[in-house]
Amino acid sequence: MRPQDSATTDRTAPQDLPSIIRPYGDTTGDAMVQLSFSLPVPAGKRAELAALQLAGKMGLDPASVVHSKAMGPNFTFFIVYGKVNHLIDYAGIEVPEGREYPLLSAKEIDLAIRTVLNRRMVVVGACIGTDAHTVGIDAILNVKGFAGEKGLEYHREIQVINMGAQVTVEELVERAKAENADAVLVSQVVTQKNAHIHNTKQMAAAFHAAYPTAVGPGMGRPLLIAGGPRFDTVTEQELGVDRIFGKGTTPREVAGYLVHALLPDWTPENPAETP
Amino acid sequence: MTKLDLDPQVVRKARLLAERAAQPVIEMARTHTTVSVERAQLRLAGLTGADSDGLPWVNHLVDAVRDQVGLEHGVALPVFDALLREPYADLGDLARAAALGAVTFRLPAGGDAEAAAEYARCAARQGIGRVDARRAERDAMLRLTGDPRQPWIYLIVATGDIYEDIPQAQAAAREGADVVAVIRSTGQSLLDYVPEGATREGYAGTYATQENFRLMRAALDDVSRELGRYVRLTNYASGLCMPEIAALAGLERLDMMLNDCMYGIIFRDINPRRTFIDQRFSRQIHARAGIVINTGEDNYLTTADAVDAAHTVVVSQLLNERFGKEAGLADGQLGLGHAFEINPAIPESFRLELAHAQLVRELFPDAPLKYMPPTKHMTGNIFAGYLLDAFFNLAGVMTGQSIILIGMMTEGIHTPWLSDRDLALENVRYVRDACGSLAEDFVPRPDGFIVRRARQVLSESVDLLERICDDTLLKAIADGTFGVTRRPADRGKGLDGVVERADGYFNPVIEILESEDPHATAVPASAGRAE
Repeated sequence: MRPQDSATTDRTAPQDLPSIIRPYGDTTGDAMVQLSFSLPVPAGKRAELAALQLAGKMGLDPASVVHSKAMGPNFTFFIVYGKVNHLIDYAGIEVPEGREYPLLSAKEIDLAIRTVLNRRMVVVGACIGTDAHTVGIDAILNVKGFAGEKGLEYHREIQVINMGAQVTVEELVERAKAENADAVLVSQVVTQKNAHIHNTKQMAAAFHAAYPTAVGPGMGRPLLIAGGPRFDTVTEQELGVDRIFGKGTTPREVAGYLVHALLPDWTPENPAETP
Repeated sequence: MTKLDLDPQVVRKARLLAERAAQPVIEMARTHTTVSVERAQLRLAGLTGADSDGLPWVNHLVDAVRDQVGLEHGVALPVFDALLREPYADLGDLARAAALGAVTFRLPAGGDAEAAAEYARCAARQGIGRVDARRAERDAMLRLTGDPRQPWIYLIVATGDIYEDIPQAQAAAREGADVVAVIRSTGQSLLDYVPEGATREGYAGTYATQENFRLMRAALDDVSRELGRYVRLTNYASGLCMPEIAALAGLERLDMMLNDCMYGIIFRDINPRRTFIDQRFSRQIHARAGIVINTGEDNYLTTADAVDAAHTVVVSQLLNERFGKEAGLADGQLGLGHAFEINPAIPESFRLELAHAQLVRELFPDAPLKYMPPTKHMTGNIFAGYLLDAFFNLAGVMTGQSIILIGMMTEGIHTPWLSDRDLALENVRYVRDACGSLAEDFVPRPDGFIVRRARQVLSESVDLLERICDDTLLKAIADGTFGVTRRPADRGKGLDGVVERADGYFNPVIEILESEDPHATAVPASAGRAE
């Protein structure tokens, strides 16, 4: 669904890379890997054989237990090295899409909003459900920011409403409507029992229900953004949001995306950086 | 004498400023009550249990009194007056009838009020007597099993299921943990009631309930006897039910409780006034119960920069100390928190960490300081994380920290696995044994980098405290001084549970806590459990 713009992603791998690969220890093709795990059995010879059996079933042959240690009377911890018999078809792996929008400076972002919107852009953020970890949303929204970049509050042209932790979906929808939000950011850190997936789907469904006549993000409904460290197994379509941001996302990436998604007609004179 | 040669005048000034900044807030806490303070009082008077939906009877009773006569005089007089007038056998029967709307409460006057107050005082005295007995029991256990040497190794369990937590906690104790903390379900801080019974489901933690407290303490007593070392149990007196959880901790002999003066405000968006009122009562209980509080300054550094915001940690510690002492906590009960959270990419980050850790050690020489491991800069590279944790352990040993929370190399990836904990303990044991009494030899160069940095942080702390005094603490919190988040005094969750006390406000528990030295109790351990 993401429009491909001028961002130039190199979709062809350099010619000199091998097409079939195996893991690399210290020699090409040695196929060596390391792994560690625990088994719920007392330490000893029998436990080591059990560990080797697991390694064998995982495709490690030969494998060796280089370290085993009792953890109390009933558990043993292992470090195992082994040669895997799997081949990876590297040539057959498609290069994933890069970021499809340019990163902009704070000045450019404020200019874009002023020029196109002619008012402040309203961003409502929250941690929804039982999640009380505001680290993620605060890193993106608070002036303090993250990774040396100031948060969205820093922008004169962005009005940030950070609702904090444990906000219900109803509260979030209500606030977004009351503030005429251009974008809604939800952060989900707690992932036990897939709470992050469940909560985000519920949030997206509520927004789609609350704006029945919307054509798309910025056209009758706010842009919906989900962020958190463990969204790598799902797609935007599955969650019903416009964009997922993963671990390590910086405020500038989010700000750049807001401009890209909400002000598609605006083009910077001199893009600060293209991927 | 001290390693940093801090100017005693500056230290004294910092304490005086903290006292001045705290004063208006203490005054506010003295003149207000909350629904949870009133419920805690009923819990100490012996009211337990919940309806079939899990809503505790203390909530039903306080709500009924509030609806009929208000809370500004406290629940004690209306409740015990009703118990005297009506044919209910005990508080439980009264609460069940009140929940059905079958009880008419009134504010008694004259001789009726005196009779109700006397009855309430008896019930409160019994509750406090149980707390005193638990404290004596701890002292007896410490004599029997022995008290581990510091730094105490502090480990977390967080499965969500108390029956999984128990074997994990026992395993951790056998592997060397001196303190076990059961992380609370994230949803709980914003629940305006305390769940009941043993619980087997939680989000990223296990619910704090009286039964869970009892089960875990009993399991750790078993393992303490087995190991010949008293293993302390920690939970959280925080969130909307802080006073009640403090009371339950006192009744079930928990040993340490996370209890910060501002954490709930900043990180959970709980109303500032609600928090300060609840906090004062909960600390009075902790003082009496011999419980060590743990404060949460480490959290500020997870949102703010650990170098730029170092002084906000010190300011919060000074405020926590002031609020704690005013509520009766002794120095040995002030587990002030701080953390190793400086970005490892910054040059000399370890030197800066040593400066901060040593500064806190010297400002609070008699406090059991709790030192928290890196979390913000744990990247998922477990190997680098293991190294960073080792440096954290080293800083802890070099600067004589009292309680060291064990860093996990898998921080930010998942809740700790059995093997994560085992490796983490191996890390801290190595550092502790390899260093021995290295703290004796760690003497920063006079006027060197560490000494200068520590002085700078202290002087920035004094500047900030001066601004807070000029501005008032509640305004400083509203302006985002701590943890960057802005929290106005008239916003946040739980404000509707705050009530200004009327002239005749009566709370027999507070009466006892404020009229007696919390540390003078001498109840023999043989008094045993009250049930």
